[in-house]
Amino acid sequence: MTDLNKLKIREAHEGLKAKKFSSSDLTKACFDEIKKRDKDINAYVSLDEEGALKSAAEIDAKIAKGEDIPMLAGIPAGIKDLINTRGVKTTCCSPFFKDFVPPYDATVIERLKKNGLVILGKTNLDEFACGASTEHSCFGVTKNPHDLTRVAGGSSGGSAAAVAADMAFYALGTDTGGSIRQPASLCGTFGMKVTYGRVSRSGVTAMASSWDTIGHFAKNTDDIASVLQVIAGRDVKDSTTPDIEVPDYSKFLNQDVKGLKIGLPKEYFGEGIEKETADTVKVAVAKLEKAGASVVEVSLPSTKYAIAVYYITMPAELSANLERFDGVRYGKKPEKYPDNLVDYYFAAREAGFGDEIKRRIMIGTYVLSAGYYDAYYKKAQRVRTVIIQDFAKAFEKVDVLIAPVSPFPAFKVGELVDNPLAMYMADALTIPASAAGLPSLACPAGMSANGLPIGLQIIAPQFEEGLTLKVGSALERLR
Amino acid sequence: MLNEDTIRYVAKLARLGLTDAEVKKFTPQLSGVMEYMEILNEVDTKNVPETSQVTGLKDVFANDEVLKGQASREELLECSELPVDSKQVRVMAAIKQ
Repeated sequence: MTDLNKLKIREAHEGLKAKKFSSSDLTKACFDEIKKRDKDINAYVSLDEEGALKSAAEIDAKIAKGEDIPMLAGIPAGIKDLINTRGVKTTCCSPFFKDFVPPYDATVIERLKKNGLVILGKTNLDEFACGASTEHSCFGVTKNPHDLTRVAGGSSGGSAAAVAADMAFYALGTDTGGSIRQPASLCGTFGMKVTYGRVSRSGVTAMASSWDTIGHFAKNTDDIASVLQVIAGRDVKDSTTPDIEVPDYSKFLNQDVKGLKIGLPKEYFGEGIEKETADTVKVAVAKLEKAGASVVEVSLPSTKYAIAVYYITMPAELSANLERFDGVRYGKKPEKYPDNLVDYYFAAREAGFGDEIKRRIMIGTYVLSAGYYDAYYKKAQRVRTVIIQDFAKAFEKVDVLIAPVSPFPAFKVGELVDNPLAMYMADALTIPASAAGLPSLACPAGMSANGLPIGLQIIAPQFEEGLTLKVGSALERLR
Repeated sequence: MLNEDTIRYVAKLARLGLTDAEVKKFTPQLSGVMEYMEILNEVDTKNVPETSQVTGLKDVFANDEVLKGQASREELLECSELPVDSKQVRVMAAIKQ
């Protein structure tokens, strides 16, 4: 059978149960695709063919015995290389962790393993998830499957490209300021950024702790719902996961959108946003309107301050989180080092971190230093409150917000890499929802004239992931 | 405006070694970034509280019990590239003798 790697999760699951093919077949089909295309794309930084085929064989044995299997059992996936996988190298795409093998699984991996996870390999990212293009990876850039001269986005660019190129059925990622939605948009896949705290972060290297979320990429809303069902919920090992019920996400799919109130935030369609991108999103929204939803313009006036809020608070938290990486308990020992502990720290961190991490550690340390703490850090935390209040006001009038994900489609490799401020603007439309801890589902909206995907995001109030799936599923039907 | 001295000082606070070339490269880049941050002064935040936690959780407690299936001490020690001695990582002297 050909093209098994292109099936939807539900189709693959039904096929496994009906013994039309095996999990080993699905896994081999993904590796065939990887061998064919990943030399050019570079979505994966390491592969675990032996481990994957072993996991697949275990599922196949269960099916042969007539056991019932969960939806995700035997479905091969890619895992962002920031997420700890026991016994499988986890590098954060940093020179510091190039050979690091974690001794435990992240909670998301534990939960997926209980559901029959098959790990194809670990996917590329900007070092420690800091970037919007995967150009800041020590393994080199991930190329966009739609145009190999362009980036796949970031930081979860490897996961997005792996799914977009049918080299995985789904892939895990992380989204702190846009790192799932932006690459999903640039690669033309679905990407779920959950409410802050909906999915446990235990075992995932921390970037900015008051922003970080774990989510995933898939090829349709049904697959997004299936994965979310397994990974969402309270975890005693992450105290930011509240004890809020996880609903049956499949129930939100294929629902009527009649009467649904959609808000279009005008700031997301104006200055700095490419017209073709804005128009494509509006065309998609018009289809929802035709299907019975009402559409109104709303305003989120503090949108333009979100980047500054983010690039103060995030580096502050990042620099604190990365303090523990000193080359003692883990991380690379520098080749030559002085026989003095403090000097050893300097040497280990100089050799271990790439440019963007060094920049962010510097910004973070600066804004937290005496004399600047009030002017920068506290100020940014106050403006963050204003951004949250904007969203709260908007949600008094509408059920969901729809907007472009990225101001522009995929940019050229090398175009922004040495211009940090310009690169930071790539997240202008994803940071605000992150600031307020809101869920946001990135969905393909259309293609640009030169064949690049354009994505939209559906933003809902906290813990209303189901609502984003309802709207995303309607868009799929109306395509 | 950040100058090279400030960059070197901040790097020292962060225990981060930087080469001279890096100092030269980062100074204008970080200066540009910090200048951009001034945009926040446009926002009136008088009487606006700070946000550091977005879902309103406070004082989360866990039961005082050992979780099963965690990494063992030996496995954790294996993560270090430095020598291990009496189940501890041996580091360089912190104080000059």
